Amino acid sequence: MIPVTVIDYKAGNLTSVVKALRYLDAEVTVTDRAEDVRAASRVILPGVGHFAATRRLDETGITPALRETIGRGVPFLGICVGMQWLLTGSREAPDQPGLGYFEGWCERFPEGSEKVPHVGWDHILTRTSSPTRLFAGVEQNEFVYYTHSYFVPTTISRNGQAETENPVAAGTDYIKMFAAAVEHENVMGVQFHPEKSSAAGLRILKNFLEFRC
Amino acid sequence: MLTKRIIACLDVRSGRVVKGVQFVDLVDAGDPAELARRHAAAGADEIVLLDITATHEGRGTLLDTVRRTAKELFIPFTVGGGIRSADEAAAVFDAGADKVSVNSAAIADPQLIDAIGRSFGAQAVIVAIDARRAKESADPVGEAEVFVSGGRTRTGRQVIEWAREAEARGAGEILLTSMDADGTRAGFDCELTARVSEAVEIPVIASGGAGTAEHFAQVFRAGKAHAALAASIFHFGIADVRALKQELALQGVPVRLPC
Repeated sequence: MIPVTVIDYKAGNLTSVVKALRYLDAEVTVTDRAEDVRAASRVILPGVGHFAATRRLDETGITPALRETIGRGVPFLGICVGMQWLLTGSREAPDQPGLGYFEGWCERFPEGSEKVPHVGWDHILTRTSSPTRLFAGVEQNEFVYYTHSYFVPTTISRNGQAETENPVAAGTDYIKMFAAAVEHENVMGVQFHPEKSSAAGLRILKNFLEFRC
Repeated sequence: MLTKRIIACLDVRSGRVVKGVQFVDLVDAGDPAELARRHAAAGADEIVLLDITATHEGRGTLLDTVRRTAKELFIPFTVGGGIRSADEAAAVFDAGADKVSVNSAAIADPQLIDAIGRSFGAQAVIVAIDARRAKESADPVGEAEVFVSGGRTRTGRQVIEWAREAEARGAGEILLTSMDADGTRAGFDCELTARVSEAVEIPVIASGGAGTAEHFAQVFRAGKAHAALAASIFHFGIADVRALKQELALQGVPVRLPC
């Protein structure tokens, strides 16, 4: 069984994520303590709802713990708000900083042409410029389940290093092309909900569980 | 491109799936966990489980049924029926639901929408509206009325105005059931669905009246619905989700076609 630590910061319901991971035979620890995060060998930061909820990560000392853990090369997966938190911040709560692992800001879909939030099953296009381990075995144009009003733009960068590989691992076109997933070394994020995305979603979670640096 | 969702609905009473015509004459249609799995395998985009008699008989949602149904379901799963407080919603989420649907209790106490949204996010709150056209009115669709308690009690509230309030309070989606069309298999109330969909920014799920693939195509086009829900046509083998989606795809409706 592969151990994985799921961070509980009171941002929505963790049951579905934990259920999917257990279905994949992971040994799941749910925690809200920084010391558990420091000791983790694989970390998932889920989260639905408002970006401001990530303030709790700062208050509980999880933010610096995660920075250390990620720095050690521990595989990290952010889901939904958990992915958005990897950026500088979000227009949803501009005073609440993100981790800043990627440079850029989460933006809100403009209203008018289509419904906001973006809810339902939509296509992903995966990166072809360099391989993504998260999407190994996942077909181009596969469907995944989304529910969000804010998104990670495709223009994000890692430490301003324009020469590094594109951190956007997959994109989805809704109103405009946005980042469906990011992947840079051991740090990954998905805007959609793999735990709700049927067989493709389970495959992505499995890829994360089997990820080796 | 965002696809139109086909949602399989399980109306549950005493842990069994039932289906009636216009909310009465219920007949047994099977085990919820087994039916949910079957619909998911056939390509249903979501599952909704409604404990249809919960409000009427005053009992809570069947948490065991929810737990059993959620166990091996990896698509969005909504539970409704008898959820009266944020605590009751929390228990349903804990049992494995991704969203809750609130109906009568939200009419009685609209703050329930705000409360669940604050704790679990707007995406987790569906406001279900049982609507009947105002037949005596000059504008029967625009003045369609909200009913509660499984369609037994009229509220005097207008559907469009209530949908707008639900959205303002933080509902993530509206599940609109036409009681006039429900169970008839004669087609959705496209006119009513379109009016509600135009009145709110959040997605509208159309319900009531599904009988053929053409009905779904109509409610996605003329009805401007983002999702459509059906129960009886799947249970009794008139069509399964896969066949329905294939037909919709042929008609040019964007749908998720799993292999």
